Amino acid sequence: MSIDKDTAARVAKLARIRVAPADLDALAGEFNTILGFIEQLNEVDVAGVEPMVSVTPQRLKRREDVVTEGDQQWRVLSNAPDAREGFFAVPKVVE
Amino acid sequence: MSDLNTLTISEARTRLRQGEVTSRQLTEDCLAAIDAAGALNAYVHHTPDLAMRMAEAADDRLKQGGAPALCGVPLGIKDLFCTRGVDSQAGSRILEGFKPEYESTVTRQLWESGAVMLGKLNMDEFAMGSSNETSVYGNAVNPWKVDDRDLTPGGSSGGSSAAVAADLCLAATGTDTGGSIRQPAAFTGITGLKPTYGRCSRWGIVAFASSLDQAGPMTKDVRDAAILLRAMAGHDPLDSTSADLAVPDFEAALTGDIKGKTIGLPREYRMDGMSDEIDALWSRGREMLEDAGAKVVDVSLPHTKYALPAYYVIAPAEASSNLARYDGVRFGHRAKLDQGDGILELYEKTRAEGFGDEVKRRIMVGTYVLSAGFYDAYYNRARKVRTLIKRNFDDVFAQGVDAILTPATPSAAFGLGEVAGKDPVEMYLNDVFTVTVNLAGLPGISVPTGQDSKGLPLGLQLIGRPWEEGDLLNVAYALEQAAGFVAKPARWW
Repeated sequence: MSIDKDTAARVAKLARIRVAPADLDALAGEFNTILGFIEQLNEVDVAGVEPMVSVTPQRLKRREDVVTEGDQQWRVLSNAPDAREGFFAVPKVVE
Repeated sequence: MSDLNTLTISEARTRLRQGEVTSRQLTEDCLAAIDAAGALNAYVHHTPDLAMRMAEAADDRLKQGGAPALCGVPLGIKDLFCTRGVDSQAGSRILEGFKPEYESTVTRQLWESGAVMLGKLNMDEFAMGSSNETSVYGNAVNPWKVDDRDLTPGGSSGGSSAAVAADLCLAATGTDTGGSIRQPAAFTGITGLKPTYGRCSRWGIVAFASSLDQAGPMTKDVRDAAILLRAMAGHDPLDSTSADLAVPDFEAALTGDIKGKTIGLPREYRMDGMSDEIDALWSRGREMLEDAGAKVVDVSLPHTKYALPAYYVIAPAEASSNLARYDGVRFGHRAKLDQGDGILELYEKTRAEGFGDEVKRRIMVGTYVLSAGFYDAYYNRARKVRTLIKRNFDDVFAQGVDAILTPATPSAAFGLGEVAGKDPVEMYLNDVFTVTVNLAGLPGISVPTGQDSKGLPLGLQLIGRPWEEGDLLNVAYALEQAAGFVAKPARWW
């Protein structure tokens, strides 16, 4: 499996990371090095093996579906790059 | 300066209780040592005023008697832990200026035990690295030096290892996703323990790969690791994977008596091209444990070779999901937008500016292995291999093996710039001996055991049964006693 420039551009888009067109060749090369290393996994016979979900077999705990720590709007917003009138502010999303 | 910063936790505990020293004095000495060690770049956010206030409160508590073991003990905290009102950046530009409104469970427990926070410690960005060279704060530097080169203190907990080795604190917290406590501990001649997955709450620790991440102590000796682990560990309803198990008194397990214990040596860890010095150290470790009365047997962990490739599918996959939250909306850095830019440009530009190259690389590799058409071929296959790796360990423990002895790292500390910036896979190989332990969720500890021909510290790793950190620490204690490692870096900074 070899990753070309177009695939690298598509992955960058999916990851929401801007990559300059001039850097795509180098990025594709790095992906290929890493994926080449990962390819070794194809040597392993995994027939009938379950994919691991959790290292410790456990059932996740349940709790009542109720508000535990509410009324902290100012704390939630305190680290926002742009917060206005009690909301996170972002560029216009809906026309 | 009275050099109280050079004490271990257990020494400080005794002297604090006997009233020979105060937490104020301990803290002042640590702060002075930190001020004089700027060249190591270990501390990246300093909190001296907070430290002195905490020290005064600890002194009051000690006077009343009955204070916990850690009361008054000054600690350094890895920048990955969220600390309320104190910068917590995970070594990344994207979290510039982030001051959490909450405290991680582990650090909250430490402060409730009376420990004192000296500041936040350098680390690889989002804990992704093995040399502390991906940090937005610049490299942390190893206090050990044998020529004119600056050496890496290891990574990702490089600030923690440098700070403990240089006596810039009595002990530090670290986190370990593929070896990030144990490798830096080995590179700096200190003790580093990664507990069983689920032993310490992950709540409030910036997430890298949630199924692998685990916090642990980085200390000057094995006893301190036992003391600090007890304070860090415990069930937390805020982390659904935290184990609802009682936390034993790990220190009480340190008898040094390992007669009748069975120690396994995995033959697959004898890698091609392994250095003679590491091989010799491993053999000496075997002899030390035999001399202490343990039975040493050869064991097989046949899937060892596939641990790193499986890790470099699973960890980036989880990271790509965890790091999706850094979008320039809720916290941290936001890119300056051009006229007409929309929400997509906000995300893409913010993440391009905020993340460093290694983090971007891993997010994108993770995105790729999870994408439609490749999920089965990469991600599911890696998770199946992970099942086999854990099964290998289960089989060895089922044969009656109590602990497994391996080298901690393939080499001693290398020079800054000697590996970074080349083939990324070359850096990944640093974790070859440690990463299996994270994939299997086991406890592992790195113990300083010797020095190479140039005088740099080398460590051995012991791997224990799940939830048996007490037993593991006791074997480590026996190894520590036999090795008698007391060397300290000569001060040049």
